[in-house]
Amino acid sequence: MKVELRDIHKHFGKVHANAGINLEIPSGTIQGILGENGAGKSTLMKILSGFIRADSGEILLDGKPVVISSPADAIKHGIGMLHQDPLDFPPMRVLDNFMLGHGGGLFLNHSAVSREFRELAERLEFAIDPEAYVDSLTVGERQQLEIMRLLWLGARVLILDEPTTGISATQKEKLFLTLMNKLAIQGMTILYVSHKLEDVEILSDSIAVFRQGKLVGEQKRPFDTDKLVEMMFGKNISAGARLDMAQEECVLSLSHVSIEDARLKIADVNLEVRAGEVIGIAGMEGSGQGLFLRSCAGLVRPVAGHVELLGHNLTGKSYHRYKRNGVEFLPAARLEEALVPGLSLTDHFVLAEEPKGVFINREAGVRLAQERIAAYNIKGTPVSTVESLSGGNQQRALLSLLRSPLSLVLIEHPTRGLDIESVIYIWSKLKERCKQGASIIFISSDLDEILQYSDRVLVFFSGKVSPPLDASKTNVEQLGQLIGGKGWDEISPSRGNHA
Amino acid sequence: MLRNNRLVNIGFQLVALLLALGFTTLILWAAGAPPLEAYKNIVLGSLSSFKKFSDVLVSWVPLILVSAGLLVTFAAGLWNIGVEGQITLGAIATTWALRLLQDSSLPPALILFLAILAGMAGGALWAALAGALKTFGGVNEIFGGLGLNFVATALTIYFIFGPWKRPGVASMSGTEPFPDALHLALFPDLRLSPWALVIAIASIIVVYFLLQGTYFGLRLKAVGRNFRAAYLLGIPTWQYMMLSFMICGALAGIAGAMQVTAVYYRLIPSISSGYGYLGLMVAMLVNYQAVWAAPIALFFSALNIGSIQLPIVLKLDSSLAGVLQGMLVLFVLIMEGVRQRLAQRS
Amino acid sequence: MDSTLIIIGLASVLVAAAPVVFAVIGETLSERAGVINLSMNGTILLSAMGGFGVAVRTESLFLGFLTGALIGAAVALIVAFSSITLKQSQVAVGFVLALVCRDLSYFLGNPFMGLAGPRLPAWSIPVLQDIPVLGTLFFRHDLMTYLSFIVIFVAWVWIFRTRPGLMLQGIGERPAAAYVRGANVDLMRYVYTVLGGAIIGLAGPTYSLSVKAGWKGTISGLDGIGWIALAITIFGGWNPLRAAFGAYLFAFLQWLGLVLQPSLPNIPSQVLQVAPFPLMILTLLLVNIGNAEWVDRTLAGLPEPTRRFFARTFRTLRASPPAALGVPFERD
Repeated sequence: MKVELRDIHKHFGKVHANAGINLEIPSGTIQGILGENGAGKSTLMKILSGFIRADSGEILLDGKPVVISSPADAIKHGIGMLHQDPLDFPPMRVLDNFMLGHGGGLFLNHSAVSREFRELAERLEFAIDPEAYVDSLTVGERQQLEIMRLLWLGARVLILDEPTTGISATQKEKLFLTLMNKLAIQGMTILYVSHKLEDVEILSDSIAVFRQGKLVGEQKRPFDTDKLVEMMFGKNISAGARLDMAQEECVLSLSHVSIEDARLKIADVNLEVRAGEVIGIAGMEGSGQGLFLRSCAGLVRPVAGHVELLGHNLTGKSYHRYKRNGVEFLPAARLEEALVPGLSLTDHFVLAEEPKGVFINREAGVRLAQERIAAYNIKGTPVSTVESLSGGNQQRALLSLLRSPLSLVLIEHPTRGLDIESVIYIWSKLKERCKQGASIIFISSDLDEILQYSDRVLVFFSGKVSPPLDASKTNVEQLGQLIGGKGWDEISPSRGNHA
Repeated sequence: MLRNNRLVNIGFQLVALLLALGFTTLILWAAGAPPLEAYKNIVLGSLSSFKKFSDVLVSWVPLILVSAGLLVTFAAGLWNIGVEGQITLGAIATTWALRLLQDSSLPPALILFLAILAGMAGGALWAALAGALKTFGGVNEIFGGLGLNFVATALTIYFIFGPWKRPGVASMSGTEPFPDALHLALFPDLRLSPWALVIAIASIIVVYFLLQGTYFGLRLKAVGRNFRAAYLLGIPTWQYMMLSFMICGALAGIAGAMQVTAVYYRLIPSISSGYGYLGLMVAMLVNYQAVWAAPIALFFSALNIGSIQLPIVLKLDSSLAGVLQGMLVLFVLIMEGVRQRLAQRS
Repeated sequence: MDSTLIIIGLASVLVAAAPVVFAVIGETLSERAGVINLSMNGTILLSAMGGFGVAVRTESLFLGFLTGALIGAAVALIVAFSSITLKQSQVAVGFVLALVCRDLSYFLGNPFMGLAGPRLPAWSIPVLQDIPVLGTLFFRHDLMTYLSFIVIFVAWVWIFRTRPGLMLQGIGERPAAAYVRGANVDLMRYVYTVLGGAIIGLAGPTYSLSVKAGWKGTISGLDGIGWIALAITIFGGWNPLRAAFGAYLFAFLQWLGLVLQPSLPNIPSQVLQVAPFPLMILTLLLVNIGNAEWVDRTLAGLPEPTRRFFARTFRTLRASPPAALGVPFERD
């Protein structure tokens, strides 16, 4: 089915998430949709799959304008979406998942559906047991199940949202073969959303690049990688003047650390972080960097290896032990994980300090709040609740809560969603901490930010960790390629994750 | 803006009060009772004489003790429904201590003091059980608490009909009453004990300051509102949850001790008298703020005492008090939902 | 005790469990859709009183049972409205309703106290009642007992064997995924909460017009049944068959308590009647402990084979509630 999007606009408050998108995808082709987080590609896919309505614009299927008002409506029009985290029912059986939502009589006909399931699985060369429970499947298999389900429902357009996050290399290969050799060939139109350059290049017939809500360019095969990277991240890349404040003293030392969760394994990481040093971590969301950062804070317990902080062995100790040794962790989900909704700024400052006696000295608390509010330029008052602050001010508040002295600050996305002014301000505050001898490890999806503020850079790619790259000797292009899984041979010494 | 908001809030609560009254009136009318007459009886039954008002205070004592305790668990974001059982265990432990010590040579005042301490410990331990099930076993405190409530009642009955049964024949009327020396002293001619009143007033004041002015209270609120953030802020979260359970249990235990030492002078099967559940409603109605707990609990107690008249005078069941109390909480919750919905829309 | 008496005893267990069966099946349906109806204890009392009152006034058993179901549905509607539309805490609203309905039943039931009312007659099924053992066990009861058997079966078939039932499972498990599959999540939650409430509402008149015929206010012995039923629902793991098994087990233990009473003179009957509760807490502990964080942390520190073993054991024991139980559905 041919898909045409005409002049699609969508606003979220002040943010123009889609600004006049025009895109035409011929039947039976694979369209790559490339862009960073927040570039607007997810918004467009949500519009096409019926999750949200566009403010204006038109969707045409095979030349006919359609109105898509819900996901169920979208599938009736033949548009199916495979979500990054497959929208299935983990505690239920595969076959039940497969049938759920499919029309028919009152009673379920397990044997007939089971037969159809097996036929479809055979055709696509998937090996999934219909009687298994979904939570026993890998993410890759759950994707296969969703693809089967959408096909069975009659999808002729398939949208895949970051499908290779959290699946193994073999499963990815399998997925790609299916998309190219089984589906596209039979006339299925595929929209493949990703910020993994490598994947998009392998798969697509055509690539559309998104940046800041706009479709900034389109390329047909053969692709010019450098050009794509440039479109994706913008042109003006300024390394900026970096102050090297790294000292000799080693703050954090990881040796042969392995970390695991249900989806990922990170094996054998070795890293030494010096006092005053800033380490930036690049990588697609879910490549293991979050897990890594949390294990540096004692929030995730490594399954193997040795962690030392300022010479103390903290292997397997709790976050509170780390904290007493001057470690602070600042999560990306500020309101969900770091601040307490309903409590005021003053309350937060009081909570962050060591208790002095039993009773809180309110006046001292308010004084402290006023000082910090002024020092960190927070737009709010001592009695403001944290949820009433803007994102930038919440982040400033979070920084102003950090105790002194600090040895190590671990930050997820220090400036995500913030205005330029806040970004500069927050980094100036962080740099002050470095001058005082604290080291910083931060995750960011903004490569400019990483290059500008880090001394060394780690790149994560599905559980693999690059050796630390000197930030002054790398560039956006190289990082972009590494993030997408390309160019690892040139940097990897050989075995393990010798970061 | 803030003043405006406060006015709007009060407006919504007034509407809730009117709806509750309206609905209760409707119920009265449906039951064929004269509504005004019924309300008049409740007011007269609780406020018409000093003696009647002192009876209100007798019921206020356990209610405010329990409500104070529940404010602590609610601050930690916990639904301590097991509070009924915690009152009961307080009463059992008090009875146990009194039975153990009543023949000793210790002065009665000391025996009473120790018995009340035992009640406190009993309630706290029963609460700790619910807390441990929650924090270490992952058992929701509502279901753990409910189960423990039934077990507590069974324990009471076991003691009344088993080891502590009255000489002769065991009965639902309870254990053998304790000698006068082991009663908490009462005001002359009243059923109210000054000691109980002092303990109750002290409890709500302590809880007020605990929640308003101390590091403990603030940290507890942080745990209740955002468990993860509280942990990142360095607060030992599960220890705080356990502590809040035990503080509530201790206060409920004192309430149970008061029921034994100042009201019934023995252990009876329904020693908790539903004060735990009523306390939950008080805490919900004051929107978990300690300042209002005392007057609301007093209002609820007045309804309870005032409605005792109803069966005698109007041949109505005294549960009307519970209907009015419940309707009030229900409509306050509903109006709060309506207010939030309207606020979201504008 | 001879075998005839045992069979008659077991048959009486099936009868005594009928109202509990209605309660747990109704609650299971509601919770499957994601709504906890915590008002159950009050609903049962109010519908028992209401059903009895209407049956006395109208001399119609049918209207009595209908009233019970309508009361249950109405109370459930308040829970649904407050939690789905107004997004208030289901626990708070349900809990208050549990208390209000209880007091309302005592207040409004005052005129019916101790009245002689109609009672549902036993209706033995011809032919089947003459089957040895089974006849006495299953086919010499009244209509509501038969209905309780049917409700278990129908609920089970509905949830696990029909298309809408499959969607019901989905709505409680992951409303966002059910929405993508075309479900009107909020509407379905309303429907199942109210339907479940109506079934819970049948429990009341089943007591007051059959099992414990009459209305005796606070000494009806019905206060507490709803809380028990709530616990049995969890024990039942949101499966009608397991839930019904829990209800029968509970009734059986109570009967056993009565039977054993004479031989255990030191233990009052009320104590034996709560024997299921420590058992229930233990069960809840076993099915939940795998979810606790300290278990995870401890497991991570164990050597690999031991870790795998414990992890697998806990996973097998774990009975998970519908994942979206008590969580309002937001479309974005």
